[in-house]
Parts: sequence; structure tokens; C-alpha cells
Amino acid sequence: MRTLRAVYACLVYLFLYLPLAVMVIYSFNDSRFSMAWKGFTLDWYAKLFGNTSLMQAALHSLVIAVLAATCSSILGTLIAMALHRWRFPSRKVIRTSLFVMMMSPDIVIGISLLVLFMALSLPLGFWTLLMAHVTLCVPFVAITVFGRLHGFDPHVVEAARDLGAGEYEVFRHVVLPMIFPAVLAGWFLSFTLSVDDVIISFFTTGPTFEVLPLRIYSMVRLGLKPEVNALCAIMILITVVAVTLSQRFLKEKQ
Amino acid sequence: MSSDGFFKRAVIIGAVGWMTVFAFVPNILVFLASFGTTSTENFIEPAATLRNYARLMDRTHLDILLGSLRLSGLVTAICLLTAYPFASILARARKPVRNILLLLVVIPFWTNSLVRTYAMTAMLNSSGIVNNVLMSLGLIDAPLAMMYTPGAVVLGLTYTLLPFMILPLYAALERLDRRYLEAARDLGASPWRAFWRVVVPLTMPGIVSGCMLVFLPAIGMFYVSDVLGGAKAMLLGNFIRDQFLTTRDWPLGAAASVTLTALMGLMLLLYWKSAARLGREAS
Repeated sequence: MRTLRAVYACLVYLFLYLPLAVMVIYSFNDSRFSMAWKGFTLDWYAKLFGNTSLMQAALHSLVIAVLAATCSSILGTLIAMALHRWRFPSRKVIRTSLFVMMMSPDIVIGISLLVLFMALSLPLGFWTLLMAHVTLCVPFVAITVFGRLHGFDPHVVEAARDLGAGEYEVFRHVVLPMIFPAVLAGWFLSFTLSVDDVIISFFTTGPTFEVLPLRIYSMVRLGLKPEVNALCAIMILITVVAVTLSQRFLKEKQ
Repeated sequence: MSSDGFFKRAVIIGAVGWMTVFAFVPNILVFLASFGTTSTENFIEPAATLRNYARLMDRTHLDILLGSLRLSGLVTAICLLTAYPFASILARARKPVRNILLLLVVIPFWTNSLVRTYAMTAMLNSSGIVNNVLMSLGLIDAPLAMMYTPGAVVLGLTYTLLPFMILPLYAALERLDRRYLEAARDLGASPWRAFWRVVVPLTMPGIVSGCMLVFLPAIGMFYVSDVLGGAKAMLLGNFIRDQFLTTRDWPLGAAASVTLTALMGLMLLLYWKSAARLGREAS
């Protein structure tokens, strides 16, 4: 029974990792058209970094991800605190909506924002994409932070209030330091969501502002290419490093 | 005290205002658009017609809708059946090993799904790994045409979405108090009966949220169908995208999107019901 379990687990891992491993290996293959191994090369990586429009799209993705993660961390934290600290009309509706938004399929979010931007006649590009990514990320931050706030002793806040702290001081000096790990986790989550997103970007950006996933999408549709293998290998490497670092970071926090 | 009230009011107004503009208004607009008509000048002319929903129900559109639901259902079932035993193995592993095993699931979870879809093409291609292995083993003489089939789309969706099923199931199984299981066994339940009557109900919220995280994206991830299915296999996501970007029939696309939202609502109700039931039984 034990070995059976181990074999099963290995098979699932094989399924998850084999395609990625194959792609990484082929990104070093010295052949453009065949899948047969023709020797080791770094040409595809060199080509990749020489491709200025591709690098530009990567830079755009990075800028959007950093901005979207920062904006949604701030917004999401404030929303979570409002939901936790204060009673106000529509509080319940907002809490439920955040959960529904988190579960919504990307395509539903994407087209609803497209309709909004069209109704406001905003040109699709940097700003609309940023707003769309913030919309995608805020619920994730708000729910992460809200969960963290829930675990806290409310007496700490009451004590600060009794000692004369105003709402802003309470937030700045009592609440924020307590929830900071959750805010940071929310930032990383948002960053990854933004970098990974294909569907929402597809509807909410225009030709003036191309991002990496959409660029990969148009390359991938044309079939297998060694440069794409190399690009994907780099993205996998970044994910592995980021995930491992964040796991370690979270463990230290505990 | 007045700056006090100001901060509180500003945050609440900001939160409610933001949610209104980016969550409520866009969805209301799509909902309204689904009752509209198109014209040559505008994508949407306001109207109050059920024609778009009626069109969704006509032969060709209904085939796409049901075909997409069937495909997603199949993917969800495969993911659930694969992930449940796997997650329970993970939940039972010893602590240091478990963290590494979990990390190995989290990495594909966070890897760009387009990258993972693309990785699948290298496997299924006529000159790809699967065909090469099968041919060198002498099992087949000519490469199998695996790309651009519904099977490839099912495999690709399963591949990209499997971690989304594993993680909620793992969370539910890890929280499971094993003493309930022991109690059931002591009271004479067979392992099979104990599993169905104790483990499954206690992990139901995990099962439902895992299914939701697989089923709903599997309807919408049009790029998986584009890359692996070619023009043949069509998801509701492809249909919605085409209505908005190619055919420019926004009301019909909006109606399809509202249908998808309604489906999500139904699944959320199921989730809340199962979680509430668990909470009630526990207290």
C-alpha cells in the first residue's frame, strides 16, 4: 500500500513536470525545425534578448505588475480594514461581492471591463490595463488581509482608542504593523496574478501597450518555436525562484 | 475628532465607490447589454428583448454551450479523481517531506498557464515526445494525430488546472480530524463506508471549491482551446471572445457571459450550503 501510494504520487508529479522539463531541454537544442537533439546551444536565449519589441513587452508586463500589485495592496488593505472595523450599509454586499469577484471566470471580468471602458469611451492601453489588473487583484488582497485581521485580539485596537489614538493612528501604528505580512503576501499574489494574466489583458489593452503574455500568445498560436521555448524556460525559472523565496519568507514569519 | 471621522469616511466612501465603479457597474452593463440589439453605428443599442437568450438556445449555439459544459465537466471529473487520492497522500506525508511535496505542487500552480499549455504542444506534436516514445517502442508505425483534437484540449485543461484542484482538497484533507475516521472504524464501519460517510462529507467544501476552480476556468480559457484544439474544439470562452472581438455581436456575447455568471452563482450557492452544513453539524 505504501509503495502504491508513492508510485501514484510520482506519476502525478511526472505528469506535472515532464512537459515543462522537455520544453526547458529543447530550449537548448541546436535545431530550429526538428525535435531531435542536435547539440547544445544558447542561441535562442541570445536571440530572445536581442528582440527589442519582445523585451519591451516584458518591461511593460513588469511595470504593470508592480503598479497593479502596489495599488491593489493599498486598496485591498483599506477595504479589508473598513469591513473589519466599521459597520456601514452595504458592508455585507461588499464582502460577498469580493468573494464572488475572486471566483469569477477571467473572461467574465474581462468583457465586463471592456464594456465599461467602451461605455466611458476610454482608449484601450496602459491605463485601462492597469485598472483591469487592479480589479483582478483587489479581491485577493482584501480577502487575505481580512482573514489576518479576523485572527486578532480586538482589545489591542480598543486599548489604542482609549489611549486617545484616532482612527488613522490606530490604522497606521496598530493595525498595519500587525497585518503587514498579509499585505506583503497580497502584494506578491497580485504581482503573480498580473504577470500571468492572459484573458483579462486580451480584452483590456490595445496595440499601443503590448504585454508579455499576449505576445507569447500570438507567438504560440503560430506553433512551436525554439525562441518561445527559451522564453518559457526563463518564465519557469522566475516562477520557481519567486515561489521558493516566498515560501521561505512566509515560514520565517511564522 | 473631525480628522478621525474624515479618515473613516474617506476609506468607506473609497471602498464602496471603487466596488461600485469596477465591480457592480460593469456587470450591470453586461447584464443590460444582454437584452440589447446591435446596429451599424453602435455595438449595443438599448432594448428590452429576450432575443439574445433565445438565440443562445438555437441549435448551433446550444451545441457549443452544451459541448463546452460537457468538456469542462469531464475535465473537472478527471481532476477530482486524480487529485483526491493525491491530496490525501500529501496530507498524510510527514512534515519536512510534506513541505517539499507541497512546494512542488505550488510551482506549477503559479507557472503561467499559457506557458504550461504551450509545453503540452511539445508533448503532443506529431514529432513530439509522446509520438517519439510510442514509435521507438514499436507500438505505432506512424505518428498519432493528437494535436487539434478535443482530447488534446481536455488533456491541456487538465494539465493546467490540476493544481487548482489539488490545493483546496489538500487544505480540506489536512484539516480533517482523523479521530472521526477512527471512531467510525471502531463503530464497525468498513473503510469504504467510513470514507463515503465521514471523509467525503467533512471535505465537501474543499471538493466544491476545487470543482469550482476547475470547472469555471475550463469554460473560459479560450487560449488552451486555440493552442491545442485548433479551430475545431470550441469552448464557451472562445464563443464569447469571438462575439466581442470578431463577429462584433456584443449582445449575444453578453447573454453568453450572463449565462456563465449564473452558472457560477449556482456553484457558489452549492459551496455556501455545503460549508454552512458543515458548520451547523460541527456546533
